[in-house]
Amino acid sequence: MADGNGAYPIERIRSDFPILGEQVHGKQLVYLDNGASAQKPRAVIDRITQTYETEYANVHRGVHTMSQKATDAMEAAREKVRRFINARSDRETIFVRGATEAINLVASSWGRANLKAGDEIVLSVLEHHSNIVPWQLIAEQTGAVIKVVPIDDAGEFLLDEYEKLLSPRTKMVAVTHVSNALGTVVPVREVIRLAHAHGALVLLDGCQAAPHMALDMQELDVDFYAFSGHKLYGPSGIGVLYGKEALLDAMPPYQGGGEMIDRVTFEKTTYAELPFKFEAGTPHIAGIIALGSAVDYVSEIGFDAIGAHEHDLLGYATQRLSEMNSIRIIGEAKEKAAILSFNIGDVHPHDVGTILDYDGIAVRTGHHCAQPVMDRYDVAATVRASFGLYNTRAEVDALVDGIKRVQEMFA
Amino acid sequence: MSGDLRELYQEIILDHSRKPRNAGKVEDATGEAQGNNPLCGDRITVYVKVTDGVIEDAKFDARGCAISVASASMMTELLKGKTVAEAKALFERFHDQLTGPEAPETDEADELSALMGVREFPTRIKCATLPWHTLNAALQGGDGEVTTE
Repeated sequence: MADGNGAYPIERIRSDFPILGEQVHGKQLVYLDNGASAQKPRAVIDRITQTYETEYANVHRGVHTMSQKATDAMEAAREKVRRFINARSDRETIFVRGATEAINLVASSWGRANLKAGDEIVLSVLEHHSNIVPWQLIAEQTGAVIKVVPIDDAGEFLLDEYEKLLSPRTKMVAVTHVSNALGTVVPVREVIRLAHAHGALVLLDGCQAAPHMALDMQELDVDFYAFSGHKLYGPSGIGVLYGKEALLDAMPPYQGGGEMIDRVTFEKTTYAELPFKFEAGTPHIAGIIALGSAVDYVSEIGFDAIGAHEHDLLGYATQRLSEMNSIRIIGEAKEKAAILSFNIGDVHPHDVGTILDYDGIAVRTGHHCAQPVMDRYDVAATVRASFGLYNTRAEVDALVDGIKRVQEMFA
Repeated sequence: MSGDLRELYQEIILDHSRKPRNAGKVEDATGEAQGNNPLCGDRITVYVKVTDGVIEDAKFDARGCAISVASASMMTELLKGKTVAEAKALFERFHDQLTGPEAPETDEADELSALMGVREFPTRIKCATLPWHTLNAALQGGDGEVTTE
């Protein structure tokens, strides 16, 4: 397939993803739903098989060889993830089911211990429901109040409005790093600096950032960071919560069970050290190990190359759609990740999605679990094309052709 | 374009979705209900005016896809003059035809058969049935709400 970036090894990369060879309705799959979940390279798929075939048992408890092998592989994956986000220590790298669980963990554990009536939690209009509802739940329980940072028509996070919301009552700022519905990259360095200046902590929802850009927890100086493995070309059912060690140490456990204890008696239980204090129960062992392979995979290509490739695709797609009639692009922030939300005239996104699917093109249609964003633009839903490291300009062309067919049908 | 897709977006369906019949509100409604599909954010309100067990008027307000709007439009056309019992029987038959194991015989006289193309699109069946579920709630009288989930 033709591509705008000659040095990028697109053919080799595409051949690493078996599913890209699949056909849908007799057409080559054009997978543009990476924002919902990314496809898996052979290395990740093989790592899961290899784990179950050669080194699987429960972790951390067994004295037998297989348990030790599984434990070693899992902890090696934790070290890979730690390096990937540049956390100071493995103790700050907690495995959870996904970003949703990571945010619930912080809202529940940190929130119950630290929030009281009248305290304020700052969110933004851009948030995914998973970074809204956990805070609403804890606000209900504690009497804390939620404040919301607005966006402008382009979808930009309004820093000056944000600053006005900050006060000594602000205890937590929980915002997305990249908007899943619009692609807006939030100016998180400023967000963090201003929050810290007001004595508030910051949690970033990094689901849509982790697949697209290099992350450095120490440089960001963020307090908590959540992301999912499945959007990062890893397995579903596994995600990561980063937290500063001192904060995590002071927080009560989120769930009780095995693995997270030091000693249990009916009189008193003492908890395990980090990160295990927050990893109750048998973890998704093979998922963690394969997430390590996913991290290796993207690191080997490198975010300089991935970012340049995806920006080329986003720019090309934006330009091509802008040239078409009756297309409304929703979200035109200056700095965007490779996400393009749009509507075609009055045609409902679900009809668009069904028609595009017949051309083998997978896009997301709906509210993207970000109803406040939809309300902001007064739309019920959008069509969202989200690009990954294996997409091509030819696939953008296929999308454009598909949109033309939608327009013909609904003309 | 594939034959199945044409089956789904038949001209009669596109026509109803472009120019929905009975769009609006029945001012002296005896029952109304809201239907939501939380998965896609589609919303519909169905209004009915029932006198002595007969549906005198039926209208709807919808924010939804072509399938759900066309289904609501066709539904309200069919309802007027029907008894409540007849309307419920229509709903049962329509629902069975859409979700049953066997595709129904094509019946030229049955306008609703135009919607049977939805059978090939499992993710869209709820779009076609939402107006009917909402109607069912509206016929219970009062001010109800139904959801596809």
